[in-house]
Amino acid sequence: MTVFMVRRLMQSVVVLLVMSVIVFLGVFAIGNPVDILISPDADQLERERAIRALGLDRPLWEQYFVFLANAAKGDLGRSFVFNEPALRLIFERMPATLELAGTAVVLSLVVGIPLGLYAGLKPQAATSKGIMAGSIVGFSLPTFWQGLMFIMVFAVMLGWLPSTGRGQIGTFLGIRSSLFTLDGLAHVILPAVNLALGNAALIIRLTRAGVRETLLQDYIKFARAKGLSHRRVVGVHVLRNILIPLVTVVGLEIAGLIAFAVVTESIFAWPGMGKLIIDSINQLDRPVMVAYLMMIVLLFIVINLIVDVLYSVIDPRVRLQDVKG
Amino acid sequence: MSAPSATAPGKIETPFRRLVSEFVEDRLAVLGAVVLAVILLVALFAPLISPQNPYDLSKLDILDSRLPPGSKSMDGITFWLGTDGQGRDMLSGIFYGLRTSLAVGVFSGILAMVVGMALGLTAAYAGGRTETLIMRLVDLQLSFPTILIALILLAVLGQGVGKIILALVIVQWAYYARTIRGTALVERRREYVEAAICLGLSKPRIIFGHILPNCMPPMIVIGTVQVAGAIALEATLSFLGIGLPITEPSLGLLIANGFEYLLSGKYWISFFPGIALLITIISINLVGDQLRDVLNPRLKR
Amino acid sequence: MTGFAGPTLEVRDLKTHFFTRGGVVKAVDGVSFEIGKGRILGLVGESGSGKSITGFSILGLVDPPGRVVEGEIRFKGENLVDQPEERLRAIRGNRIAMIFQDPMMTLNPVLRIDTQMIEAVQAHHSVSADDARQRARDALGRVGIPSPDERLKAYPHQFSGGMRQRVAIAIALLNNPELIIADEPTTALDVTIQGQILYEVQKLCRETGTSLIWITHDLSVVAGLADRICVMYAGKLAESGPVDDVLDRPLHPYTKGLLGSVPSRNRRGSPLAQIPGMTPSLMSLPDGCAFADRCPRAQGDCRQAVPPMAEILPGRLARCIRPHLEDQA
Repeated sequence: MTVFMVRRLMQSVVVLLVMSVIVFLGVFAIGNPVDILISPDADQLERERAIRALGLDRPLWEQYFVFLANAAKGDLGRSFVFNEPALRLIFERMPATLELAGTAVVLSLVVGIPLGLYAGLKPQAATSKGIMAGSIVGFSLPTFWQGLMFIMVFAVMLGWLPSTGRGQIGTFLGIRSSLFTLDGLAHVILPAVNLALGNAALIIRLTRAGVRETLLQDYIKFARAKGLSHRRVVGVHVLRNILIPLVTVVGLEIAGLIAFAVVTESIFAWPGMGKLIIDSINQLDRPVMVAYLMMIVLLFIVINLIVDVLYSVIDPRVRLQDVKG
Repeated sequence: MSAPSATAPGKIETPFRRLVSEFVEDRLAVLGAVVLAVILLVALFAPLISPQNPYDLSKLDILDSRLPPGSKSMDGITFWLGTDGQGRDMLSGIFYGLRTSLAVGVFSGILAMVVGMALGLTAAYAGGRTETLIMRLVDLQLSFPTILIALILLAVLGQGVGKIILALVIVQWAYYARTIRGTALVERRREYVEAAICLGLSKPRIIFGHILPNCMPPMIVIGTVQVAGAIALEATLSFLGIGLPITEPSLGLLIANGFEYLLSGKYWISFFPGIALLITIISINLVGDQLRDVLNPRLKR
Repeated sequence: MTGFAGPTLEVRDLKTHFFTRGGVVKAVDGVSFEIGKGRILGLVGESGSGKSITGFSILGLVDPPGRVVEGEIRFKGENLVDQPEERLRAIRGNRIAMIFQDPMMTLNPVLRIDTQMIEAVQAHHSVSADDARQRARDALGRVGIPSPDERLKAYPHQFSGGMRQRVAIAIALLNNPELIIADEPTTALDVTIQGQILYEVQKLCRETGTSLIWITHDLSVVAGLADRICVMYAGKLAESGPVDDVLDRPLHPYTKGLLGSVPSRNRRGSPLAQIPGMTPSLMSLPDGCAFADRCPRAQGDCRQAVPPMAEILPGRLARCIRPHLEDQA
């Protein structure tokens, strides 16, 4: 297990380095760094001084190492728009995004797994066909348009739920979240459902496919031949097996939800880092873009690591291989 | 466990006929295929069937702007789906938007398939370092959500049709590459490949003549899913204002234009293009879904 | 139940059909046999002959689109056909146990052996987990698995194929069933392991008085094991009788053909006989005898009607109008 962890950590560092090269080249080298880092109002003399001060006259690889050294110290530059360290801006907005994505993950699991189980166990039932048809629609709905329709129906026409912002924030056990106040909950419903819907459809389909595949296995028939109750066969034998692909996909999907929060946050004016990155792209606030990208890469690496560990806990076959390797 | 054999004697079935007959068993999938065909025709003949050329500014009248569905214009045309903020007929806008959205989606899908298959087959055949390099790249690519990669690329590259197609190809190629490599590795160990090698056929002949055709079923399934995904992604990026430029409006941009009017109850500007987008994606997914079931030998009874 | 004097299991005219897209597949079409307490029945046939489906039908484990359409399955006098699922569940694994063909596939890969054994005990007896574990340990010991305590904590992939099949047999023995249905349990194993397992199963059945149905395609396996055998062909019984009689002097040309295709020591050097042709499709069986097209003795009347299963010699039945009477002593 420790060997496995060390190897995975080393892989993660490599991925982080590769991504930093890509981001550096992408944002600093392909775009003109002078335009990025120096105020357009500056005159010629100021520009030249700034170029020298920022080291932009040095070779590219040297610049990269300076960037890397600064990044290691947590310095990813200052936002032009807010005139604040870019990293601090990201950290300020990260909780809102995580709150939104977390709520969406829970919602999609709570809805997706039971419906997928049902559709997989009774593939011929009319309800199952309804669930599957619904899942195709949920899967196909473009998030942004679906969000607009939510606002139109639930905020404009019915007036039931607020459509913008995060609402009141409460504190519970030292954690600040809008999930702890009624007003905050009302605000989180529409964006979270919007974000969760496509993911729930995916989980329904995945669960159903897994159930159908597992039900054909001999060990399920053997379990039934042992006289186990239907509940035990489904609840233990089937569920434990479909959990394995499910954990992998849900892990990837959490990452996906954090990224797709960009869309939902822009529509519902949710003050998370997704809205920040879109605003930054539109305002050419490149240090914030870089900080966002590096943070999200880090976040994904951590999530992937957690998924791998979970995977080896659930699947005994993987565990053995890693002990040997 | 011995399953009863179920071969119907006397009836000669070509594989294609069998696929078609299994495909039409799901009525929903047939509906999807028909709707998709209609959408493709509409997109293809948009200039001929649109009541108005929505991008000829001389034809637009600002007095016609934001009319609800069914209204008549100053010069007597009926706007069945209403007009947008510039007095543009929504129906015509949707026809033209479909054209752009589908063109971008299908073209990037085909390009990604070609690139992905080339790299995937190279990986499967070259082995060694080349394979490791390509597959690492695939892993890296697939561990990041499509929208994020597209965001980064477009933020760096800027807007434009060519750039968005490039971004869509970059986010899609890895799916094809991974799948075709997997299938090719399985197929090349099959007896028919060994037989072909024994017959002294050339390597390209074996790859393109024997292995590739057998890799096609999963490629087709992925292709449908990916095209649907590409259309949705392009619409999303255009909606966020970093996709196609205003001169090439796709459905996403039409929907974005309606956002500001939505809160005042003028729903149709965003609603109808969204419905068109939704129907397009659903019909592609319905077809893809059934294709997956039909082409998957594991679910056969 | 102890007072029941009849056969442990009596199958009468069992028909299990599969209703597929392409038509009705008559996987089992009118099979009858019985098996007494402590006896061993060999159910022999090629793959696709319906022998496995017969086994699953007894336990009510036929998956859709298949179902038992006709016949009786009397277990200690009680007809199992059309019993409610809960009643069948109480019998499965408790009074009738089953062992499957491929030991690599029958144990759930993500659950530990103890989980899979304890649940089998607790499904039928309200005993504590500790007591159930004790029973599991004993059962593993009975099938010759060394250090059962450690083995209980292992996962299936940590066992070899032969060991896994022993575990499966131990699971079948857990609740001291009155009948075990073994569906080709040794086919997937090495020959040496096959012999050991055959010997042990036979011994265990004799010791406990458990009846055993041994399903196989391999005549040599049942030769040393079974009391009686039933030969199946295309969903129907072709022949049944005491094992030695049937193997030494088969009545049905199909049985004779099967025997001819087994390599044997006695006829070294002589070419192996093959049965010409192929098994007919179960969806469109010929009007007459299903074997007629491959049978060297077939004549016109063989193709007119399905011959009845008739007692041709005392205790020996065959579905043939031209049985091999000339071979009989």
